[in-house]
Amino acid sequence: MDGDRSTLAGLIEACREAIAANAEHLCALDRAIGDGDHGTNMKRGCEAVYAERGELDAMPLPRALERIGMTLVMTVGGAAGPLYGTLLIEMGRRMEGGRAKDRLAHALPEAVEAVARRGRSQAGEKTLLDVLYAVQSEVLKQETPARIAAAAGMAARDTIAMKAMRGRASFLGDRSIGHMDPGACSCALLTDTICRYIGESQLA
Amino acid sequence: MKVNGAHVGIVIVSHSPLIARGTADMVRQMVGDSVPLAWCGGNADGGLGTNVGDIVEAISSAWSEAGVAVFVDLGGAETNSEMAIEMLEPARARRVLICNAPLVEGAVMAAAEASGGAALARVVATAEELSP
Repeated sequence: MDGDRSTLAGLIEACREAIAANAEHLCALDRAIGDGDHGTNMKRGCEAVYAERGELDAMPLPRALERIGMTLVMTVGGAAGPLYGTLLIEMGRRMEGGRAKDRLAHALPEAVEAVARRGRSQAGEKTLLDVLYAVQSEVLKQETPARIAAAAGMAARDTIAMKAMRGRASFLGDRSIGHMDPGACSCALLTDTICRYIGESQLA
Repeated sequence: MKVNGAHVGIVIVSHSPLIARGTADMVRQMVGDSVPLAWCGGNADGGLGTNVGDIVEAISSAWSEAGVAVFVDLGGAETNSEMAIEMLEPARARRVLICNAPLVEGAVMAAAEASGGAALARVVATAEELSP
C-alpha cells in the first residue's frame, strides 16, 4: 500500500469483483447464522465505492481511505457497515504524514482497536476481528502479501469452530459452531484481494 | 424540522420499517403530539436493515434541545445508531442517548416520561428499568 494513485482505482475494482463473485456465498454463510444479507450488503457498499473511484483516485491515500470508510458506513447497512467503515476511517485518520509503510504499521493496530470498540468485541468471538488481528500480526512482522493473505484465510477458517459471542449469530449459542463467520469470510476475501493486488503490482 | 426545547425527543430504529412505524403509532397514541418523535427502518434498497443516513435524519427530525432518546431493535441498529450519533455536530451528539431497553415498551415508557417534561437522563433511566 504505497499510495500510488494509479493503483487505487484498480484495487477498488478488484475488491468489487471479488465481493460480487462471492456475494451469494457470503449470503449463504450469513443465512446459516445471521440474517442472510451480508453478501448483498457488501456488494451494495462496493458498488458505491466503485462509483466514486475517480474522485478517490485523485485524493491522497489517507483521505481516500477515510472517504471509502464513510461511503461504506452510509451504504452497507447492517453491522458490517460501521465495522468496515470504522476500520478505514480510522486508518485514514491515523495515516496522515510519515512514510507509507511506517504509517500502515502504526495505523492498522489502532484502527483494529477502534473496530473492536465499535463492535464491543475481542479476539475469539467469531467475528471479522479474528481475521483483522491475524492480518495485523503479519503486517507488524512485515510478512509478504502472500503470507498475510494466507494468515487471513486461516483465521477465517478458525472461526468455524468458534461459538459466536457477538452479533445475531450469538443468539444461536452452540448452534453457531460449525459455520464460518460471514464477516470473517468477507474480511479474508478482501485481504486476499488486496494482497494479491499489491503482490502483482510489486512484481510489475 | 421541529424545534422543541421542553420535551425529550424519541427516535425509533428498527430493521423493519413496519415495526418502527407501528411502534411510533403506539407512542403517538400514548402521548399525542407532546413529544417530538421520528422513526426509521430498512436498508438503502428498501429491504430489512438499518442505515446511518436515515438515522441521522430521524434524529434531526425529532430534535429537541432537551435531547433525544434512541430505541433500537437488533445489533446492527445499535451500531448504526452509534455511528449516526458520531456524525452529528458534537454539541448535539452529547445530547443523544441510545436506550438499552425493549423497543416497544421502552419507547412508550420513555415517551410517557418525556411528555411529563423529564430530563433526558430520567427518560432513559425509566426505559432502561425495563431491561432484565
